[in-house]
Amino acid sequence: MRFQLIGVNHKSAPLEIRERLAIPESRLPDTCRDLTAHPGIEEGMVISTCNRVEIVAHTTNGSADLRGFLHAYFHLTADELDAHLYEFRDKDAVRHLFRVASSLDSMVVGEAQILGQVKEAYATARAVGAVRSQLDQLFSRAFAVAKRVRSETAVGSSSVSIASVAVELAKKIFGTLEGKTVFIVGAGKMSELAARHLMAHGCASIFVSNRTYERAVGLAHRFNGQAIKFDDLYSSCDRADIVITSTGSPHAIFRREHGEQFLSRRKNRPMFFIDIAVPRDVAPDMAKLDGIFTYDIDDLQQAVSSHVADRRKEAELAEAIITAEVENFEARLHTLDVVPTIVSLQDHLETIRQAEIDRVRGRMGQLTPEQEIALEALTRGIINKVMHTPITTLKTAAKESEATTIVDVVRRLFNLHEKDKNENKEKTSPPDKKNEVGTRR
Amino acid sequence: MSLLWLRFALACYFIGLVYAFVALSRTSELFSRVALHAASLGMVFHFVSLTELFLSGHVVWASVHNGESLLAFFCMSFFMLIYVIYHTTSPGVVVFPVVFFLTFVAAVDEQPVLLTQYVSSKGWLAAHIFLIFIGYAALLVSFGASLLYLLQERRLKAKKSASLISFLPALEVIDQIGYRSLLLGFPFMTLGLLTGSVVAISTYGRLDFLDPKILLSLLMWVVYMVMVFTRWNSGWRGRRAAVLASFAFVAAIVAWAANYFSTIHRFAS
Repeated sequence: MRFQLIGVNHKSAPLEIRERLAIPESRLPDTCRDLTAHPGIEEGMVISTCNRVEIVAHTTNGSADLRGFLHAYFHLTADELDAHLYEFRDKDAVRHLFRVASSLDSMVVGEAQILGQVKEAYATARAVGAVRSQLDQLFSRAFAVAKRVRSETAVGSSSVSIASVAVELAKKIFGTLEGKTVFIVGAGKMSELAARHLMAHGCASIFVSNRTYERAVGLAHRFNGQAIKFDDLYSSCDRADIVITSTGSPHAIFRREHGEQFLSRRKNRPMFFIDIAVPRDVAPDMAKLDGIFTYDIDDLQQAVSSHVADRRKEAELAEAIITAEVENFEARLHTLDVVPTIVSLQDHLETIRQAEIDRVRGRMGQLTPEQEIALEALTRGIINKVMHTPITTLKTAAKESEATTIVDVVRRLFNLHEKDKNENKEKTSPPDKKNEVGTRR
Repeated sequence: MSLLWLRFALACYFIGLVYAFVALSRTSELFSRVALHAASLGMVFHFVSLTELFLSGHVVWASVHNGESLLAFFCMSFFMLIYVIYHTTSPGVVVFPVVFFLTFVAAVDEQPVLLTQYVSSKGWLAAHIFLIFIGYAALLVSFGASLLYLLQERRLKAKKSASLISFLPALEVIDQIGYRSLLLGFPFMTLGLLTGSVVAISTYGRLDFLDPKILLSLLMWVVYMVMVFTRWNSGWRGRRAAVLASFAFVAAIVAWAANYFSTIHRFAS
């Protein structure tokens, strides 16, 4: 495992820095290619979103100069950049990536977009050949971990913005929002945002009313809705299922008697008032009416913060999952690491054995079948006995962190590196030819 | 044999009963699925039990136990119908205990409790029982829905954020369940009472309106009608609808209990 990760995120770097590092989607393939051309990097990919820019690489020796790449690529000096960078290696890099994919490192913990963004970045890098076996394993695992976190914890399940809480509440009242009507009273930014959310969830039509009629017309136009004169507010408000109100009025504009009127005209179908004005636009005694639900800014805020707290609790569960998954991933990589070594060690000794047997045959002439069997058994027995302990050691070491060291030692002792390279050259070419023949047919 | 199947059904419904109590305090996706499967299995046993009863030729229309079993089965059918349409098991909170109780009483012993009066028009009697029981089952579901409506309304008004992740469906969905069962049940109830009158007239030659059974049944029907009317006319729901539904439900239970006071609708073993 020789993974390296370097990057900036919303916590480590201000927006000005992130802006300068952001890589537009169209340039990502080229960046990946440049990255893999950088010395010491075998495979590499770039994740660039509005909250983070990260480079993940698999390197030849475990210490590629990723900082140098960033400096050169973005024409930034170490002074400008280095203070904002974080850099992880091996296990820490794996952990960081798992956390990013599971949205634990996000600005809004648990938001769902990041996984999609990482998947896209992965697909881009893979398409240009910058991601091969090593990063491939790492990212497939990261996606699986993200999925597990999502299904086993509730980290992404509750709404953590006022607008989304409003939508959630509306759904608790009306079931589906399909075909529901929204009434915006007082054209403000926040009410516009809430309305946009509601429309996105299926609300069909929208009315806007404002003391300044022109502003109502403007906002209604943007939503493809209808502007209502402020004087007609009470006579038309009952047509709406959801009322978002945010006027600057010093007194409540919706009082109990209005609520009673609305209900009787609506045949008691429920109404949902989202009151984001301070002071409140909806009188508190409105809520006493059956079928009228009012949520003021504090109620919504409270729901948001309790959801945020819920998410934090769930995030702790998620961190535990990630710790376990990092261990698993490491263990699996190590096992994969030792297998080829064991195989080439066995091959190596077998070659020696065969060569020695041939020499004996040459010296002693034709052997009787009994002698052949005895010779075979003798040589095999010696090799197996000698090999037993090293192979067991390798296998047990695979599960621990010292695996790489031991594998290195074994390879150097038996000079396996050179051999493998030669053999690989021989081995890889013939199957390719076969495939070509196969496809041509 | 029919009784044995019924007891199997009872065992399954017991899981539903436990679910009904647990669901009120906390939400468990897994448990509601378990309860649903148990209830379906219970219905299969129940169906076998009823079929066997009919096929054996021993069916006694006017037996109280057979009636309870049939009513429980209709209630479960309503519950399943709602599940199929709305994907919610929450009406089970009300339906399961009632179904369990009815099945339990029906499964206790084989002692037939029969109508004391011999009835000649068997066909009308069977129609009366079927229709009125479907009406009862619909009324029960409607009553249950109005209770759930109140519960959900209270949670929404209390503004506790925990209420957002509750087992209850949306307020309008609960309302729809209640209203639709009400509408569905009304014609059955009406026809059930009419066929009952036919049976009474053919047996006694006249309708004794002062008999407690007839009086209470009539009262129940009137409340039922008021519920449908107020809902249709001015969209009564929530607290007012719940009060009416409870009233109709109590009237239904009292009408059932009136079997013990009525001279014309009396059962004995």
